[in-house]
Amino acid sequence: MKNFLQLLENDSRLTAEQLAVMCDKEVGDIKTLIEQYEQDGIILGYKTIVDWDKTDREYVTALIELKVAPQRDRGFDHVAEKIYNYPEVQSVYLMSGAYDLCVLIEGRTMREVAFFVANKLAPMEYIVSTATHFVLRKYKDKGVVYNGPEIDERGHSL
Amino acid sequence: MTFNYDNVISDKVRSIRPSGIRKFFDLLDEMKGVVSLTVGQPDFVTPWHIRDAAIESIEKGRTYYTSNKGLAELREEISRYLNRRFGLNYSADDEIIVTVGGSEAIDLAIRALINPGDEVIIPLPAFVCYEPLVNLAGGVPVIINTKESDRFKLTAADLRAAITPKTKLLILPFPNNPTGAIMTAEDLEAVAAELRGTDIMILSDEIYAELTYGRQHVSIAALEGMRERTLIASGFSKAYAMTGWRLGYITAPAELTSQMFKIHQFALMCAPTASQYAAIEAMRNGDEDIEYMAEEYNRRRRYIVNGLRSIGIDCFEPEGAFYVYPNIARFGMTSEAFCEKLLYDYGVAIVPGTAFGDCGEGFARISYAYSVAHITTALDKLEKFTRDFGQFGT
Repeated sequence: MKNFLQLLENDSRLTAEQLAVMCDKEVGDIKTLIEQYEQDGIILGYKTIVDWDKTDREYVTALIELKVAPQRDRGFDHVAEKIYNYPEVQSVYLMSGAYDLCVLIEGRTMREVAFFVANKLAPMEYIVSTATHFVLRKYKDKGVVYNGPEIDERGHSL
Repeated sequence: MTFNYDNVISDKVRSIRPSGIRKFFDLLDEMKGVVSLTVGQPDFVTPWHIRDAAIESIEKGRTYYTSNKGLAELREEISRYLNRRFGLNYSADDEIIVTVGGSEAIDLAIRALINPGDEVIIPLPAFVCYEPLVNLAGGVPVIINTKESDRFKLTAADLRAAITPKTKLLILPFPNNPTGAIMTAEDLEAVAAELRGTDIMILSDEIYAELTYGRQHVSIAALEGMRERTLIASGFSKAYAMTGWRLGYITAPAELTSQMFKIHQFALMCAPTASQYAAIEAMRNGDEDIEYMAEEYNRRRRYIVNGLRSIGIDCFEPEGAFYVYPNIARFGMTSEAFCEKLLYDYGVAIVPGTAFGDCGEGFARISYAYSVAHITTALDKLEKFTRDFGQFGT
């Protein structure tokens, strides 16, 4: 069923009927599976990929490297939880290498993000240091290239 | 003074009919907003690691001709590939020529074998190049019209009826463009049984060999007594989404490749070098790409076949290539009229079956080398057409 999940991951608008035909399964089975995956937390949600640069919405994305002092028995989990509860935070990853937590933040302006880091993240207990990198341009996100619709340039041949 | 070109053009070339479908395509190019399902090539871009190998070869200055028959490394990879995927054994040294696309491979085979007056059996519908190439070589095309009731396979009975003492060559275009028909091992065995004990040669066009669904492609060369009479034309275009690279190959016993080699050497010199380096990478590290793309085509195949049937368009289940070949006879129009009506009034383009031979009357070719979203849009428009023309259940 990996294929079916990948299909859905690539295009969550596919209906159970379409998925059933493409995967050679019964519609009922596909519906049951989707429900099961949702209940089991395998399917966590359905989102839309938007190129906000093409709209007039003002926003900025930053990637913040955090060095964190791990807590006894809880490692980095507690700090991560405190961070991801902020709605500004889009993603939190535990990393190998030079720093510990990678945090992606969205804000309206650079100033807003900078203040969030300075006022909320940096002072937090167990945070040793922060480094903020602003995203200047998205070329590709979640497997989608930010180029607008592709034009079919294939020549005619039989 | 006006120059009279009629006096200078070769009679043979003049006698070739230009492809009738060109007009239709020109029309299509002029129209805006048409949802087209006409294209006969993959919608995937060549996988990046393959493109990168070509770029690297150019960066390293490998911009020279290669050996006429192709890079030794590539021929070795092709030899290994044919063994790995289809259990065939061809020597990289003297049984494989790297060609400019599968089309050159077909041309080489026909030109190397055909004397004036030799008959060449061509099952139709099929890709449009065989007849003109046979004519250019002075051969006589003998057409077998395959039937929907036979799932568009070549049957032993039809073959037997077409064979005469002048038969030199049988062309086997499977998996088939436009029908999507395939020949299973049993189907091929029945054909082979007709050929054993004759001198009839086989040109097996296996360009779609990697695109079969539900079962592995079998080459007739793998059957007893067939290897010595078989030439396999194949290439990278469909399996690896490499149509624009113009890279193919022909494999045959050394006595034949040495003859084809002369034509290739003098007419083409060698296949494009950057494409050959790309092809080496494709064969070494491309098996997963092939599987990924074939799986994707298979999903779309099921989707479009199901979609067509559910809106009342009869559709033989294709097992190969990336085309469906629905029967549109019940709409009471010629294939051409059907496709023109669809194009002008409903904004959907598909190819009339007659583009692939007269026996394509009553059929149309629909390509599913398109995204599911695109296919869905086209199906919606087709449904409107079938509703307007009623006749559901007739």
